[in-house]
Amino acid sequence: MALKIVKGSIDRMFDKNLQDLVRGIRNHKEDEAKYISTCIDEIKQELKQDNIAVKANAVCKLTYLQMLGYDVSWAAFNIVEVMSSSKFTYKRIGYLAASQCFHESTDVIMLTTNQIRKDLSSPNQYDTGVALTGLSCFVTPDLARDLANDIMTLMSHTKPYIRKKAVLIMYKVFLKYPESLRPAFPRLKEKLEDPDPGVQSAAVNVICELARRNPKNYLSLAPLFFKLMTSSTNNWVLIKIIKLFGALTPLEPRLGKKLIEPLTNLIHSTSAMSLLYECVNTVIAVLISLSSGMPNHSASIQLCVQKLRILIEDSDQNLKYLGLLAMSKILKTHPKSVQSHKDLILQCLDDKDESIRLRALDLLYGMVSKKNLMEIVKKLMLHVDKAEGTTYRDELLTKIIDICSQSNYQYITNFEWYISILVELTRLEGTRHGHLIASQMLDVAIRVKAIRIFAVAQMATLLDNAHLLTGNMQRNGICEVLYAAAWICGEFSEHLENPMQTLEAMLRPKVATLPGHIQAVYVQNAAKLFSTVLKSQEGSTEGTAAQETSQLMIDRLPLFVQSANLEVQERASCILQLVKYIQKLQQKEVEVAEEVSALFAGELNPVAPKAQKKVPVPEGLDLDAWINEPPSESESEDEQPKAIFAKEEPKHSRSRHTEVDEKELARRREARKQEQANNPFYIKASPSSQKVYQESPGVEHIPVVQIDLTVPLKVPGLPMSDQYLKLEEERRQKERADKKKKEKKKRKEKRSGRGRRHDSGPESEEDITPAHMVDIVTEEMPENALPSDDDDKDPNDPHKALDIDLDKPLADSEKLPVRSHRAAKVAKSPVEDGDAENTPPSQEPKKKSSKEKREKKKDKDRDRKKSKEEKKKKKHKHEEKEEDLLGGEADEPVVQSEDTTEVVALPTSTNAEVSDLDFWLSNAPVPSNTQEAATVAATAEADSVPEATSGTAPDSDHDEPKNSELEETKSSKHKKKKQKKEKEEKEKKKKKKHHHHHRHHSDGGADESVQNGTVEDEEPLPPMSNYCLLAENSYIKMMMEDADEVCDIQGNLQDGSQVVVSVIFENKCDSLLKSMEFNVLDSLNSKLQRPEGSGPHDGFTVPFQLPPGVSNEARLVFTVQSIVMPQKMKGTLTFIVKNEDSSIHEKLDFKLHFTCTSYLITTPCYSDAFAKLLESGDLKCSSVRLEEVNMPFHHLLARICFHHHFSVVERIDSCASMYSRSIQGHHVCLLVKTSGQTVSIDAKCDEPTLLGNVLDEIKQTFSQC
Amino acid sequence: MIRAILIFNNHGKPRLSKFYEHYTEDTEQQIIRETFHLVSKRDENVCNFLEGGMLIGGSDYKLIYRHYATLYFVFCVDSSESELGILDLIQVFVETLDKCFENVCELDLIFHVDKVHNILAEMVMGGMVLETNMNEIIMQVDAQNKMEKSEAGIAGAPARAVSAVKNMNLPEMPRNINIGDISIKVPNLPSFK
Repeated sequence: MALKIVKGSIDRMFDKNLQDLVRGIRNHKEDEAKYISTCIDEIKQELKQDNIAVKANAVCKLTYLQMLGYDVSWAAFNIVEVMSSSKFTYKRIGYLAASQCFHESTDVIMLTTNQIRKDLSSPNQYDTGVALTGLSCFVTPDLARDLANDIMTLMSHTKPYIRKKAVLIMYKVFLKYPESLRPAFPRLKEKLEDPDPGVQSAAVNVICELARRNPKNYLSLAPLFFKLMTSSTNNWVLIKIIKLFGALTPLEPRLGKKLIEPLTNLIHSTSAMSLLYECVNTVIAVLISLSSGMPNHSASIQLCVQKLRILIEDSDQNLKYLGLLAMSKILKTHPKSVQSHKDLILQCLDDKDESIRLRALDLLYGMVSKKNLMEIVKKLMLHVDKAEGTTYRDELLTKIIDICSQSNYQYITNFEWYISILVELTRLEGTRHGHLIASQMLDVAIRVKAIRIFAVAQMATLLDNAHLLTGNMQRNGICEVLYAAAWICGEFSEHLENPMQTLEAMLRPKVATLPGHIQAVYVQNAAKLFSTVLKSQEGSTEGTAAQETSQLMIDRLPLFVQSANLEVQERASCILQLVKYIQKLQQKEVEVAEEVSALFAGELNPVAPKAQKKVPVPEGLDLDAWINEPPSESESEDEQPKAIFAKEEPKHSRSRHTEVDEKELARRREARKQEQANNPFYIKASPSSQKVYQESPGVEHIPVVQIDLTVPLKVPGLPMSDQYLKLEEERRQKERADKKKKEKKKRKEKRSGRGRRHDSGPESEEDITPAHMVDIVTEEMPENALPSDDDDKDPNDPHKALDIDLDKPLADSEKLPVRSHRAAKVAKSPVEDGDAENTPPSQEPKKKSSKEKREKKKDKDRDRKKSKEEKKKKKHKHEEKEEDLLGGEADEPVVQSEDTTEVVALPTSTNAEVSDLDFWLSNAPVPSNTQEAATVAATAEADSVPEATSGTAPDSDHDEPKNSELEETKSSKHKKKKQKKEKEEKEKKKKKKHHHHHRHHSDGGADESVQNGTVEDEEPLPPMSNYCLLAENSYIKMMMEDADEVCDIQGNLQDGSQVVVSVIFENKCDSLLKSMEFNVLDSLNSKLQRPEGSGPHDGFTVPFQLPPGVSNEARLVFTVQSIVMPQKMKGTLTFIVKNEDSSIHEKLDFKLHFTCTSYLITTPCYSDAFAKLLESGDLKCSSVRLEEVNMPFHHLLARICFHHHFSVVERIDSCASMYSRSIQGHHVCLLVKTSGQTVSIDAKCDEPTLLGNVLDEIKQTFSQC
Repeated sequence: MIRAILIFNNHGKPRLSKFYEHYTEDTEQQIIRETFHLVSKRDENVCNFLEGGMLIGGSDYKLIYRHYATLYFVFCVDSSESELGILDLIQVFVETLDKCFENVCELDLIFHVDKVHNILAEMVMGGMVLETNMNEIIMQVDAQNKMEKSEAGIAGAPARAVSAVKNMNLPEMPRNINIGDISIKVPNLPSFK
């Protein structure tokens, strides 16, 4: 054996190790590729051997080769082998290789789950560490889901080294498996106060990262972070926190006020530039958020600007850069304070560092005014000439255009100057921004009518000198301007001084080398020019001139007819034939000019970029309806589920006779044509130059100015932009005059804008409004367009992927029950941190059973727990632990009582926190709060007694058998500590809970089934609750949570299901309530589960007493047979009111209402599964229409999710598919669509009765709000 | 978040590449090349931040780099990271390398890229900064190396001997191409502990 090892290692030493490989590569510089390929062959041999050391060596070498760009994914399996070595050395090599080359689509990754889990729980902290590090690089959604639990456990590891890694990796887990965020968050929060600074910093890191994407969910942590900020000395942590505050302040201006002082102090005190800089940044954010009106405001700005000036003046380029960067933020809100540093910024434009120049450019944008625009642009133009790199020059170019065109050319006083600038810019070598210049030219020429004469002249010159622009292939970016030039010359040819010359210029053979789309414009506009020329020539006596012109066209056009570009060819052929015909007529001496020019009569108005989008969908037009039947079943895979829904509207017609479809189709087509004909907003396609204009990229999105220079400008000489500087004064006066006219014009524009759409074809322009001076406003929209506000923000956010992931659990935390899977388990499993006391005894036996079964079971359990839990959280009531109670409760009411108190004691409620935050922010003690707190503290004391006993009850080790002895030995000590902590925590949280108790009351009113009882004043609060008032009298108030179900998954199919009802009992009187007994009359269908041994009419003894003003929660389990119908059960609560002197027996009647909704469990569903489900065809459908729903769509969804236990499968704009499952396994699918105030819900379910009832309930929910 | 960490030399040869997002090998090489082109043409006295790595990220991302002797250390980060903080982090990284390799030079990185990875793993994990305290990093790295040694034990001895022999005739192992100017001016190094 020993010999074998030695032999193995002797073999090994002749293998190449990494160093040899590197050395070899360095020695084979000439034939590196060849050498490496032989090395790879060797590696392949080595990987085939059994010796793990050899394999590890090979994998190590592969990692190196991967860095050099070689694909090593073929060795993925070997990497997994090395990862699973028991030796740390090899394991580390394996994990490193995996982290370098595994990714989501690496298929062997799924083999690693168990190995990683094993490593995570390894007694050796470095095994765990290495696994965590590796995992952080290649975690996939599956791994995240499967390992979330284990990682959660590690977050409370005894070793800070592991803790910090576990905390950090949670972020990755959240990204891949958003459902884990909720359950993990409480613990993550705990880690903010970890004794180890490394762990703390990791937690801050993770939360900052999370909060950056969705700040509003983390507002409630502000007090905690504030505390950290004032106490921490770790700059890294401070920077993170301060950055986080920068993200939070926009949401909560009061926070900003609170921050200013400590931040200012930090700015004064810190020596670390990085910290100083971030402080300044956040102060800026604060100042931006506090819109105005604070007295010490200007002082803070002054401080910031002054500090930034110091940074900018620093010789360190880094500081200079950052100073400018921060300055640009101030610029947005306080341009004045920045403008005073103009000198400094202009100076930075001359800096040798490009990054700094770019930053300075950014600043310039905000510093221009009418006065200095020309001056600044002149300076920039100088830079353009000097600039050496194209990137920088391009940047300058875009900046010049940006600066000039900003806010509707607000600062331009002289458009001739601007046109000259644009023309000058075309001389730039190799810019990529030709199209930008072109669109500016078009925009200005079209919209500023008075400039056209000048513009046309300039463009004619450009066309004449086109060879200068196109001469060099390098410059082909700039030839885009010819597009604009040709179009402007053609369209406004009446202003041309010498149209004939321009026409010739446009028909030069050289033109054929231009890109197709430009040639097309040339051809089209040559025709326009031709008509102009004809007109002038026919007017004069010389008939031959006109014929010569036609001949010119006929000679030149064939060049374009041969073009490979379809568009060019088509237009050229058309026009060629036309000209030939004209020539014929000319030969007969017929006057044709009038008719030819009629081809191009009329004028174009620009359309707002979003106009088309804003056209409201006409009544009766269903955009989702199929125009043609979908091609085939097989393709529907990549279609959205909504498509499947939509097609059911014209019934399940797909399989029907195609004949019918075709008729239907024809009918629809006809109808649509009719629609379009009558619809003034419909833009018809027409093969005209106008269309070309519409196609021109980027034109539409340019803001339009409303300027009318009534007096045409004539400037002699060459249009050098510099000349215009002196004319500035004059222009400004004109502009002032223009402004007066604005009002009048606007009205005109509206009309003209519409008219344009009406008839886009040039032939039918009779009714276009004549003589409008400036055409259109940027934001002109169809008159009855819906203000669909945020359509820009929504879709293509750069961090969309991230946002969505995180949003689901959090952003809508108030409303959306998040689909969940299994991570819930995570929250409660960990043994070592003392959560053990919550482990349900009932689950233990299951866990002990065979391993595999346990695994499966766990998953299911988690599913169930999770979903419930999610709901609970929404209700701001419970901790994750609660569902453990369920089990415990059903079997052992004794345990239950203890757990119940626990649950009540530990609410994690954003709501509560928010009110806490309010408190913290308001800074003024609220008397009622403190009072409440005092009483609660007292009760909490009492609560803690059973709590303590419960701590010892269930044995934690069963729960996590694989957890090592290490923890076991510690656990007892640990537990005690934990308990103490928990008690404290409980007290704290109790307070919070009280805050928002009232909200439940009021919100309860919104829910169904409120029968007898008074509803408190409606408080329009966004948070929703499923608690509704059950019954109330002068002594007690019962709130029912509208049934929260558990189905015993195993018994699910055979013996019905269980429904758990949480009831909150609140003592409203001054006496002690005790001996509460809860009883219901069992119906055939639903029965209360009573403790073993009690008769069918015995009540359920509520396992606690209620001191005055206290509320507590009990959970009752019902068994239900059929779930397709809603149920009502009558019940009575009896109790004894005990005063100091007397005690009275009292009773309270109530009705329990089990809605069908309450039988639904929020179950996540992935869209593919969802689609399959729908396609399966065994679902019945039904639909409902809600009118006058006045709420944003996401609120609507949130409500459905929250009140009816659905989860959103997919959401596309104003359309969402949702899914839920009943406790007996019925699938319920919804497609919710909204338009205006109407919401249509199409639903499918395999149980029609259930579906009908659920829909009714949904309808009811919305009718109440 | 840190998107990528690259080390390459003055000629653009990669010495370490760590991507915290998945890219194909080709894209990775392209990113390295592009980054090298961006970084290498900059003067010594310009700022250490660069925008516009086209391939990585986009506008939210910045390249933050430092140039030591023959090597460029480039971090590609998004806006959640403090620019100056990352500069300090690079400094910490280099100093750590210097301690671990005892006067580090490019050759150390060439021949022991795996070790560099291991050191880096103690500082940055999955794109997030794990530890900024140099002593802590070194302690963990040392502890792991010790474990590795103890695992190798006797069986590892022959291999070590061979590699020692192999290294003996290494003319190219000069220790003097070091990153000597480690004391490059960092505005606020003492602040990071």
